[in-house]
Formats: sequence, C-alpha cells, structure tokens
Amino acid sequence: MVPVFYIFAALTIIAALSVILQRTPVYSALSLIVVLCSLAVLYVSLGAKFLAVIQVIVYAGAIMVLFVLVIMLLNAGRERHTEGSRLARWLGVPLLAAFLVEILSVIWNGLSSGAVAPPAPDAGPAAVGALLFRHYVLPFEVTSILILVAILGAVVLAKKQL
Amino acid sequence: MALSSDTLFLLGVAVVKVVVVLLVLLTAIAYIVWLERKLVAHIQSRWGPYRVGPYGLMQPMADGLKFLFKEDIVPLEVDRFVYWLAPFLSFTLAMLTFAVIPFGGSFKLFGHEIYLQIADLNVGLLYIFAVTSLGVYSIALAGWSSNSKYPLFGGLRSSAQMISYELSLGLAVVGTLMISGSLSLRDIVNSQTGTWHLAGTNTFLPHWNIFVQPVGFIVYFIAAIAETNRIPFDLPEGETELVGGYHTEYSSFKFAMFFMAEYANMVTVSCIATLLFFGGWHGPVFGPAWLHVLLPVFWFALKVFCFLFFYIWTRGTLPRFRYDQLMAFGWKFLLPVALLNILATSFVVAWIGT
Repeated sequence: MVPVFYIFAALTIIAALSVILQRTPVYSALSLIVVLCSLAVLYVSLGAKFLAVIQVIVYAGAIMVLFVLVIMLLNAGRERHTEGSRLARWLGVPLLAAFLVEILSVIWNGLSSGAVAPPAPDAGPAAVGALLFRHYVLPFEVTSILILVAILGAVVLAKKQL
Repeated sequence: MALSSDTLFLLGVAVVKVVVVLLVLLTAIAYIVWLERKLVAHIQSRWGPYRVGPYGLMQPMADGLKFLFKEDIVPLEVDRFVYWLAPFLSFTLAMLTFAVIPFGGSFKLFGHEIYLQIADLNVGLLYIFAVTSLGVYSIALAGWSSNSKYPLFGGLRSSAQMISYELSLGLAVVGTLMISGSLSLRDIVNSQTGTWHLAGTNTFLPHWNIFVQPVGFIVYFIAAIAETNRIPFDLPEGETELVGGYHTEYSSFKFAMFFMAEYANMVTVSCIATLLFFGGWHGPVFGPAWLHVLLPVFWFALKVFCFLFFYIWTRGTLPRFRYDQLMAFGWKFLLPVALLNILATSFVVAWIGT
C-alpha cells in the first residue's frame, strides 16, 4: 500500500495547489473534487473503507455539487488578479511560514521516531455509529442544532415574507 | 516480488471476471436500446426497427458503426477540457458501479471458492451511492462547458433534480439495511434466503424484502427513475423545451457515451432493486451441479430484465412532469414517505429484537 499512498498523496497536493492557482472557478472546484476523492483513496489505504465512501458521498457528491451549481448559476468568469494586498503581505506570509514550520516539524518528528500509524481496524458503520452516539453524542447534537439554525437562516434570507 | 501460483490464479480470475462483466454489460446496453425502440414502437402501434437483420436485431451494430463514423463536431466557444471530460466521466462512473454487484452464488474451481461478483466490498451499497452521486458532475459540466443556453439550463435542472431525488433514493433503502443488518450486497441477498414463516406455518412466499418493505420499494423505484433522468422525469433533456438538454452540443461518439451511460445507469438501479427487494439471484434451483451455478445467474438476469421492461413501459405510457411538479413531488411527498418508512421500520425492528 506504500506506493498507493505516495501516488495519491502527490495527487492530493498537486490538486490542492491547482485549487488556488486556477483562474477559472469551475476548474478550482474540479480540483477540489480531485483532492477529496484522492483523500478517500488514502482512507482506503489505511483500511477505513466506510469513511472513504462517506467522504465521497458527503463532500464530493453533495457539498461540491452545490459549489459547482452556484458557480454555474452565477456564471462566474475568470478571476482578475489584484495588485498585492497589504494584508496578505504582512499577515499572510508570516502565517504561511509558521504553518510550514509546524507541518515540517510534525513530519520530522514522525520520521525520526519511526512511528507509523497502525492500519485502523476496519471501522465499519456500526463502530462509527456507536462512537458518534455514545462517546461524542453531545458534540453531535450541538452540530445538528448548528446546522438547523443555518437552515432556518437560509430560509429567512431567501424568503422575504413568510 | 515473486507471486505464488495461487495469487496469479486469483488475479487471472479477477481479470476474467472484469472482462466478462464488461462485455456482457455493453452487449446488454446495445440490446436494451433495441428493446426500447421495439417495445415503444409496439405500444404506439408501429413496427420499430425491422430492416437490419431479422426483427431488426442487427440495428445496435449499425447504430454503433454510425456513431463511430459520424463527424465529431465541437462548437467553437466550448471549454475544451471540461467538454471532453464530461462524457468520459459519465461513462466511466456508470461502468464503475458494476464492480460490486453480485450476480450469482459461488462455485469451486481448482480448490478456490469463486464468487460471481468482481469485488465484495463490506460497504458495497454505499460505494454504489458514492459513485452515482458523482454522476451528476458529468451532466452539470456537460451543460456548463457547452457554452450555450439550452445545455446550461439542462445541466442546472438536472443538478437540482438529482440532488433532490438522491435523498429519497438513499433513504428508501435504509429499511432493508436495518432488516439485513449489513451494507454488503452479498450479505443483503443472503439474508433473503428461504420462505416466509407466519405464526409457525410456511407461507411458501419467498423471503424477499419486498413483502416487508413495499413502501421502501415504491419510493426507491420512483426516485430511481428520476435519478436516471428517464421519462416521466426526463426534464434535463426535455426536447420540447430544451432542444436536447445537456447533450445538445455533443455529437458522434461523445454523445454515444452519454447515451450508453444512461442505459448503464438503468441497469444499475434495476440490479439494486433486484438485490435489495427481490432476493437477488435466489429462485428455484434444481438439476445437476452446473445448473446450480447457472440458474441463479438466470434468475438474477430475469428479474433485472423485468425492471428494465417496466422502465420502457413507463416511458411508453406516461407524459413528462412539469418542473415545479417534479420538485414538489420529490421534496413534499417522496422524502416524507421515505422518512416515515424508516421510522416505522426501526420501531418494528426494535420491537422484534427485544
């Protein structure tokens, strides 16, 4: 499974770069779909088939469809690059450097200790469900209330009079 | 890395299975098109194709050759890459679903148990939903990249329609999943072996899920017709309003790919209906050992054929929905019914379980 990991890790990074470098919004969205799908392949290589399939259904199959739909509806054209914004220069570059150092240190620690995460036991729907509804039931319910509020907000915004 | 002869044998078997399934499927698609033309023609008191070969049986070959040799016209202002990507995506995704569909039991060959299925995933059903949920991109992108107003409308309509009906489609099968307690298609079919026993007496009714999940089946089947963009839900390509919908600007083999994908999707949803609600390959089995392997495959094919027949029958019978009717029906009727079905099923399952 190691070559599979390297192939799809590389694909994920290339597609992720393509998300921010493409000028046409549809191409960015397509690249993001590639990122999500190759992440799903990485999950499979770790033995988590259920999570991989759910990843594709929820992110690539539902959320990104809405993104693409909105881009098509607005018929967004090519982006124009603005002259370098000051915020990006003074806040973005240091933040980027900080995150880069952080990621590199994590990778370095992982490599030097030789610790590789063991392949997960096949976390099926039953295991995930039990974890979600027993151990993490409070965060789960809080999230669902959050989503409910978001739906209500969307309805109120969309319908001028109810 | 040295491969043992066992591994090589299993690898060979897997390749043979993939090739056989693809060949059978492509032939089946070609003849479903023939069947559709013939059946719809007879429903409308016409003859249908009858010139090429006996009963027009060579018509699919003629159509295929025509698609191959036709000029491939690409409009000037299309988005080249996406315009090319969409038909390939559509066809590939339609074919991918058949990787997990079991079409028979198993038999022994040289000491190996060989299952009549390419891959038995333990999340097989979810895999199919994942692949079909990506199918909407091919239509949306085809509509967008054509850079023309009618395909764009077709693409937008179909995205909205497929998202809406995907929910009902997924929720409709949850009842059967609760009864069989598995997501593996092979396990779901195996849970439907034998006959129903009511109060200790044998009813001789097959132990199929349709008898306990009729509501789930009806919701599934209606949503499946909408999901495959067939009449009466073929709004994305409604020719009276949108010329040809999302594939207006496509010609030659790229159009053929959309066409084949549509029929492959029909076969997929028919297969899932058979597997989840009608006992898959189970049926009367008798005779010598080789018949015990072949008969289940025959029963499976027969059941799938019945669904395909029903599909074509519907097309010959019903008029197209209006767009607002389609949306209202999906959200205000199918979805609540599917949810109520889940609620009722979970109560019954919990009650029997205690």
